[in-house]
Amino acid sequence: MRLKFNASSLALVAIAMLSTSAFAADDAVKIGLVTRTDSNPFFVKLREDAQAYAKTAGAEIVAITGKTHDDAAGQVAAIEDLTALGVKGILVTPSDAEALNDAIAKARAAGILVIALDGRVSPDSAVDATFATDNLQAGVLQGQWVRAALGDTAPRVALVDGTRGTVSTRERHDGFLKGFGLQEGAPEIIAQQNISNQAEAQTALENFFQKDPTINAVYTVYEPAAVSAHAVTSALGLAGKVAIGSIDGSCDGIKAVADGQVGATVVQFPGKMAELGVQAIVDYAKTGTKPSGFIDSGAVLVTDKPFEGIASQNSAWGLKNCW
Amino acid sequence: MLVVPARPDVAAKADESRLAAWGKSLRGHPLVGPALALLLLIIVFSFASDRFLTATNVSLVLQQTLVLGMLALGQTLIILTAGVDLALGAITVLATILAAKLAVGGVPEELALLLAVTLAITASTLNGWLVAKVRLPPFIVTLGAFTVLTAVSYLLSGSRSQTIPKGFLTLLGQGVSIGGVFVSWGIPTLLAAYALFAHILGNTAWGKHIYAVGDNPDAARVAGVRVERTLIGVYAVAGLLYGVGAWLSLGRIPSADPNAMANIALQSITAVVLGGTSFFGGRGKVLGTLIGALIVGVLRNGLTLAGIDSLFQDIITGILIVATVSLDQYSRRRST
Amino acid sequence: MSREIDMTSSPAIPAGTILAARALTKTYGAVEAMRGADFDLRQGEILAVVGDNGAGKSTLIKSLTGATVPDSGQIYIDGIPVRLTDPTQILGAGIGVVHQDLALSGELDLVSNLFLGREIRKPSFSGRVLRTLDRAAMANVAGEQLARLGLGNVSLTTPVRKLSGGQRQAVAIARGMAFGARVLVLDEPTAALGVRETAVVIDLIRRIRDNGVSVALISHNLPQVLEIADRIHIHRHGRRAAVVAPAETTLREVVGVMTGIDEIAA
Repeated sequence: MRLKFNASSLALVAIAMLSTSAFAADDAVKIGLVTRTDSNPFFVKLREDAQAYAKTAGAEIVAITGKTHDDAAGQVAAIEDLTALGVKGILVTPSDAEALNDAIAKARAAGILVIALDGRVSPDSAVDATFATDNLQAGVLQGQWVRAALGDTAPRVALVDGTRGTVSTRERHDGFLKGFGLQEGAPEIIAQQNISNQAEAQTALENFFQKDPTINAVYTVYEPAAVSAHAVTSALGLAGKVAIGSIDGSCDGIKAVADGQVGATVVQFPGKMAELGVQAIVDYAKTGTKPSGFIDSGAVLVTDKPFEGIASQNSAWGLKNCW
Repeated sequence: MLVVPARPDVAAKADESRLAAWGKSLRGHPLVGPALALLLLIIVFSFASDRFLTATNVSLVLQQTLVLGMLALGQTLIILTAGVDLALGAITVLATILAAKLAVGGVPEELALLLAVTLAITASTLNGWLVAKVRLPPFIVTLGAFTVLTAVSYLLSGSRSQTIPKGFLTLLGQGVSIGGVFVSWGIPTLLAAYALFAHILGNTAWGKHIYAVGDNPDAARVAGVRVERTLIGVYAVAGLLYGVGAWLSLGRIPSADPNAMANIALQSITAVVLGGTSFFGGRGKVLGTLIGALIVGVLRNGLTLAGIDSLFQDIITGILIVATVSLDQYSRRRST
Repeated sequence: MSREIDMTSSPAIPAGTILAARALTKTYGAVEAMRGADFDLRQGEILAVVGDNGAGKSTLIKSLTGATVPDSGQIYIDGIPVRLTDPTQILGAGIGVVHQDLALSGELDLVSNLFLGREIRKPSFSGRVLRTLDRAAMANVAGEQLARLGLGNVSLTTPVRKLSGGQRQAVAIARGMAFGARVLVLDEPTAALGVRETAVVIDLIRRIRDNGVSVALISHNLPQVLEIADRIHIHRHGRRAAVVAPAETTLREVVGVMTGIDEIAA
């Protein structure tokens, strides 16, 4: 642990020296950004947009990335390092709802504004504010669209969930059932499985349809799983007969909607989160005002098969707003 | 007169019925435990779901087991030399990413695949060289390679999946429909690979040397086996199999996903051990690994068809590992 | 009692000596394992090598078989000076070694063990292209070899780990003997065996000698050595202390030389 701390501290000093020498602007507002992992383009996009927006707002980003999706220990060390560095504010995409609380409390005690991006910590009051996609609402949108796409047909639903035990997996799942109008454990739910990559999603879906080829609605936690759902149903000659919904807003995902492989997806906006977060810290530095509570960075349903009563955008709009 | 005394039970054996003798020889056979486990699962699942034992589902399980089966074959060779490969998933993923990137960038698909396979061979050969010449423990070498190559995969892919169009790279996922049952070219590819390596391990000098190196490297060296060369050769050949595994993977899902195969190293070890190969080297059969990989695939498929939570797959797999190895050990003790 | 005590440091190599060493030295750190060791193995004899623990027997044998390289001194095969740096070198010179740990691959059967590193391939397409081994040919050679050693009933196809200790020892000796060995070095071949199996192995060693092969037998079992050996090389303090003939000596005398108590007797 100690070695890790030292190593990341060294890296931090190097980053700090580089950035001060590059900009030589000591009056620039220093903002720490702690993301989860570079293995997900969502966080890459969030960081890039934060850096771009910071430039225009006269701020400077010190970015530290966790080693894996669930590297809470690495994030704790990063927050401690940024506190020591004396940044004005910290934007963190928490990898764990509670593990970061002590480190965040120390940062806030040092007068640093701490904002959670993309995900919540528990309790919400542990941070000054949370800017994130309302994953429950995103799930609701998907659920409403899939239910509408079925029309009068009796639903036979399969659920492809994300990594077991994470907050966003649960919220999207719950939201989908709510929007669809199903209870947990309802007989209309034919199959459910947690997956962590596309190959697992494809295997799960093949087994689902082998178990019951009358499945006519598929919930997917993210878009690669929805693309696999299309591949599996086409191989069975069921293309177009199964309503496939998803969530995320990656450009590959929107293309799958535009190609008709995926019925609908819900776009979330990492760039918006980054922008809101950077702006809040710059405001805090200038005026001392702090944001508070949960601020929804928005979720928009994208589909080329819209239904009345469900607000949506088409895939052309989606391609302009994807990540 | 000067005869090494025969074991007293040899004479008695002649009196036993043929069936009993057959049973006796089976009991010591290394494939009996794995085969019984697979058979038992098939029987249980065919009662649990009437869709389980259909031609379509059998084809499905085979498709789902192709990549694991190919990688586990390489893992078997390495475990036979008393090694272990934690890097095989990372090597395979990197090969898929390289092939996909090159192909999308305009390189002919055949060349892209050739370069990707070459990369897989090179990476694995380097592991073998570190194990054989620098004498580092295989666990450490391949753990390091896993870490490095995973990072390289994320860098090369920009953390994004790269989708590829249908073509030569996805060839092994295409196939023919026989009586309404889809059979991809990947299935004969995998079976041919297993047949080839069953022959190599059972009937060639190189195969004997692999067992000898894993069983007792000093004895092998004294007998004139070039131990280092054999070791490096095994890792190189495993790398070739990983390259073919990458091709199979692209055939199955036409997308190179840097997040893929995170657990496949442990799954492949599971398949090898379920197949009756000794984790300490020198003992085992590739056919056992094929059975082991099928056990993993059948469990996943069967439990889903039976509507059982996926966490039970892990619980049952874990129990099966211990049970199969215990059965194997027990039968060995009885037959010695 | 007549005894050839080496008073000179480097006596000449007598004619008929197949494997010899003169003035070998080897130090491991502060330990002098060999301090001018000599060695002579004659054509067609059983030469026992005895000595107390730590006398340097193993280092001497390792040097003679290429498993270790002495710091100084010279090894001769058929009176010709050679330099051995690798255990595989002696195979070509017709010297077979059976190590105390047997050095067999337990999972391979007898045929595979006998032919490990020098397998025979089928002459046909199957052998040339598929590299298929000629099991039948190898089994034939193995069978003949074993029959010559009186081991006709050892299973050719059982993994050797399933054989009894005596059978394994026999397999190891057969491998050491394979491919026309003229010299066989045996390191404690009966140390792990019971009485009955020991008798079998002792008979086997005699039979090998009677076939004209020279045997160097390292052993702690002095009564056995006195019974079987033609000459006894007694090692002490890193050098050859004496060579005696069993017919002209007693157990007490041999122990005396080994331990140094009897040094000035005779």
